[in-house]
Amino acid sequence: MSRTARLLMFGVGAAGLGVVLVYGLGGIPAFGHYQGVYGRVLDGIGVAQRHATDLVTGLNFDFRAFDTLGEEFILFASVLGIVLILREMRDEHERPRQEEADEHQFAGASSALRALALGLIPSMIALGVYIVVHGQITPGGGFQGGVILATGPLVAFLSGRYLRMKALAPHTIIELGDAAGAMGYALIGLGGLVFVGVFFKNFLPLGIPGHLLSAGQIDVASVAVGLEVSGAFLVGWSEFFDQAILVRPEGDR
Amino acid sequence: MSFLPYAVAAWLFLIGLYGIVSTRNLVCAILSLTVVQSATYVVLLAIGYTNGGQAPIFADIPQVTKTVDPVVQVLVLTDIVIEATVSAMLLALAVQAYKRFGSLDPQDLRALRD
Repeated sequence: MSRTARLLMFGVGAAGLGVVLVYGLGGIPAFGHYQGVYGRVLDGIGVAQRHATDLVTGLNFDFRAFDTLGEEFILFASVLGIVLILREMRDEHERPRQEEADEHQFAGASSALRALALGLIPSMIALGVYIVVHGQITPGGGFQGGVILATGPLVAFLSGRYLRMKALAPHTIIELGDAAGAMGYALIGLGGLVFVGVFFKNFLPLGIPGHLLSAGQIDVASVAVGLEVSGAFLVGWSEFFDQAILVRPEGDR
Repeated sequence: MSFLPYAVAAWLFLIGLYGIVSTRNLVCAILSLTVVQSATYVVLLAIGYTNGGQAPIFADIPQVTKTVDPVVQVLVLTDIVIEATVSAMLLALAVQAYKRFGSLDPQDLRALRD
């Protein structure tokens, strides 16, 4: 099909879709006039029953914990998919490390940038841990904190030291973190099944709302998810960076 | 004004689709897909918004405060995670497509058409 014909067909289809879309969205209660029920109900019981002051994380890891299990395994499976798609092909090889001489120089990767990175790495990791463990109290949680955690080693790459990033976050360790986080989250669900008889029902002490160790399984699940997300992102990123920096077609040096 | 967020969502959805159909670059098509997905964030957050509602974080506000719907916010979080995973997978496929066909133009992916 020619490009013009394709665009013409899309134009007709999109016009129809646009009309239906606007008509359908017009049937939703007007913006600002929320009429849902679940939100109101959960507002009332989030703190009282689960001792979690951040209701979003509370919902994610308790009320909707089962959905999050699926979400987690989607992330896990997609990282597996990336590793599989970007594996070393038959006619490729990874460049030997000595040739790279530990340097993957960006234009302008100066010593000042590296010094800044050195300061940034621990602070990003500390911020990530903070966001993960305070998920049940203030905005944050495993998913958000996990991504921030993963940016710690990423800073090494940004300062032009990709192979240092691989030393900082070795493949075995990040894969292990990814897998252990995914399994840990599933184990929390199984813990509910074993100790209280319902999958993902809270079986841990609830503690005092607003304290670091509170809200039962929400805090623990947040840590498990944070571990998994940071591992998953680092595995995915390093696969892409390997493609760009290390993997070369056979014969190419 | 009360329809504006929904109009923005419809616009994002359609303009993203247009990007996917018209682009000459696979990476651009993947970015267009993320634009389509961002329309769902706008719809979800707009549905849950209530006039004068606060964020559903009760760390420093009384429990009886009127808040926006936390359920849709969690759905958006799930949505973002799914978007990240889908784009990552598609980008990996684009890398391999480039290696195989030497081009990122969807028109050049011969083996898929013949």
